[in-house]
Parts: sequence; structure tokens; C-alpha cells
Amino acid sequence: MTVKTLKIDDIDVAIAAGSTILQAAQEASIPIPTLCHLEGLTPVAACRMCMVEIEGTSKLFPACVTEVGEGMVVSTNTPKLQGYRRMNVELLFAEGNHVCAICVANDNCELQDLAVEVGIDHSRFPYQFPKRSIDLSHPQFGIDHNRCILCTRCVRVCDEVEGAHVWDVAQRGSACHITSGMDQPWGEVSACTSCGKCVDACPTGAIFHKGETTGEKQRDREKLAFLMNAREHQQWTR
Amino acid sequence: MPISSLPSQLKSGSPPAGDSTVQDEHRHFKVLDVTMKRHRHQPDALIEVLHQAQAAFGYLELEVLAYVAKGLKLPLSKVYGVATFYHLFSLKPSGAHTCVVCLGTACHVKGASALITALENELGIKVGETTADNQVSLMTARCLGACGLAPAMVIDEVVSGKQCPDTALEQIRALSGK
Repeated sequence: MTVKTLKIDDIDVAIAAGSTILQAAQEASIPIPTLCHLEGLTPVAACRMCMVEIEGTSKLFPACVTEVGEGMVVSTNTPKLQGYRRMNVELLFAEGNHVCAICVANDNCELQDLAVEVGIDHSRFPYQFPKRSIDLSHPQFGIDHNRCILCTRCVRVCDEVEGAHVWDVAQRGSACHITSGMDQPWGEVSACTSCGKCVDACPTGAIFHKGETTGEKQRDREKLAFLMNAREHQQWTR
Repeated sequence: MPISSLPSQLKSGSPPAGDSTVQDEHRHFKVLDVTMKRHRHQPDALIEVLHQAQAAFGYLELEVLAYVAKGLKLPLSKVYGVATFYHLFSLKPSGAHTCVVCLGTACHVKGASALITALENELGIKVGETTADNQVSLMTARCLGACGLAPAMVIDEVVSGKQCPDTALEQIRALSGK
């Protein structure tokens, strides 16, 4: 196994070739904020929260999909990156209809946590107030597109872990939305196994268990990690 | 999922079934089958197959998308996602007439946006939509290569240049015979 050595925030890290910068940073306990990344799912670099700077180039790189290179010098928390991350979260808030006070995921939301982490109390960008729908046709779960940040975790967890591929992204630009089946109500999609993995994967309150009210959303992230481990390594650790 | 088990609302877009329409549809599905077979039903031929489907049917009904999904063994949501992502694919039938307004730089400078506003108001639709009576589809293009005629528009493949909102509306009204 080839090993690459690199410097992340002045800390020397050695890690197997082919690993990502994010994995290397986790190895060295250096926090890099992420939103669309979920352990066990294919990284897609959709949210751009994990952008890092690499010495020798002015471009920013998403840590979750950028492979480590020998002698790389990576910075994860420069003032420039802090500014971009803050702007990124502000744009997410301005783009959807995120009203924490009445959300099932209040106090249990990765978007909210990130906003607190980067120090946001409002968005400098005009709120778009898009007209989005809520689908409560499934007997057990609901999806509120107002709270969706299009991280595609649900799309990936349904495709890669459950194998049903109920979800996908439809349309483009500001009309982009998560769609189920052939643009059908979720409850009418015959491929759905009602496993609830999308509820566990969703970082916000967009996909939730029916019956949960403000601040009551529960998710079982360990279940996903357990399943991935069982699938990939035939180890049942629960 | 077999087509027959699709919920009924997915079929609502089908044209009224006269005998000739049914035969036409049958022939179109045959074309689709041949295309998919030529690509050995490989899932990565999706865009090719959708192109062929759009050429045969004129637009992509949900029923056709479901047929393609089944033929290529792809999830419904994926096929729907791809079909709605690309501007070249249309999920609705286009109108009997098409009206394309050029938004290239020259036309823009010469007031193409005023043409669009006037046409949108007259037809009661937005760019990219078709009137409720399926008569006119309003579209835009980025430069027709006829900048000398700016602002230009194309109605049913006939270019007319140096338009102003009044002349544009006149042409549109002539179409619908108003």
C-alpha cells in the first residue's frame, strides 16, 4: 500500500494513496465542515462547504473528492475560506424557506448547526421565498421541499444502500427539486420499500417521520453506518 | 414496473385514441424498441434513446419515459431527472405554431425584451410555455445569425426582422386568426 504524506494546517499526515483530503483531515482530527458528505455514500461535492486551499494554486478544492498528493500543503480554515463558507450557508438560507422555529429538525439540524458554527444570524442575500410543495402521500413519512438543500443524500442512500432509487433530482437551476419515481406522489411510488433511510440521511427537516412536530425529528445515523459496514465488510456490529 | 401498472394519472397525457393514433403510437414504440436494441439496452444510452423518442413522439410523455426506463432497466426517477434536466427534451406537446424570439446581443440591444413582454402579455404565457389552446409555443434563441435584422423573430420557421411589439403582435394575432 503506497502512503502519501502531506501537511494539513501545519500538521503532518500520512495516509494511503487514493484517500481524500477530507479523510486525511479526519485522520488528523482536523475539522472540515461538510453538509452533503455522509460516511458510506459516494461523495459528490455538491454543497461546497468542505472547500480547502492547496498551496501553489489559487483554485479552491472540495476536500471530500480531492485525492491527497505527495507533499501537498493544505489549509482548511483561512479567512478567505471562512468568508466563503459563511456566504455559502447564507445562500442556502436565502434560497429555500428555512424557518427553524417551526421545523421538525429544530436543534437537530446540520444546516442550523453549520449556521451557528460559522456565526450567522441572518442572510445578507435577499430571501427568494420560492413556492415549493410538501408531499405527505406516504403513510409513514413526509417530504417538505421548503427545507431541502439538494444535498442529494436521500438520492444516494436510496440508490446505494437500499438499492431502490426512488429519489432523483429533477429540472435544473432554481427549479431543481428532489423527485420521487416518475414525478409521482411519494406514496404512489411502488419502488419505495418504506425503509426510512432517507429520513436518517437527511441533514435538515426536509424528510421526516409523520407525527413529529417542532424539534422532534429523530434520526438513526448509526443504523446507516452499521448497514454500510455489514455490506462492505460483512461485519455486523450492532 | 410494467406500464399497465402505472397510476392512471400518468396516462392522462395520451392523445385521444382514434385508430390511426393507436397505429402511430404502435409504430413509434417499435422505433423506440429498435433504438434500444441497437444500444443493446445499455443504461448509458439513455440520452440517445430519449432523443429518438422525442423525434418519434414529438415530446416525451410520462408513459414513454416509463417505457424507456423499463427497456433500459433504469429507475423511473433517474429517467425523469435526465428528461427534465435538458432543455432539448420536452414533456409537453408543443403548440401548432412556434414563435422564437432572438435574444442575441444585437437583438437584445434593439429591444428584444420588449417583444417578449408584449408577446407574453398577449398570449398569457411565459417563455418556454404553450398556450392553453395548444396553438402557440413561445421560445427564445441565442442569436439566429441574422443580426442585421435585429430584433428578429421566427414564426413557424419563417424569419421576420426589425420587429417592434406592434408588428410582432400583429403576426401572432394573424396566426390564431383573431
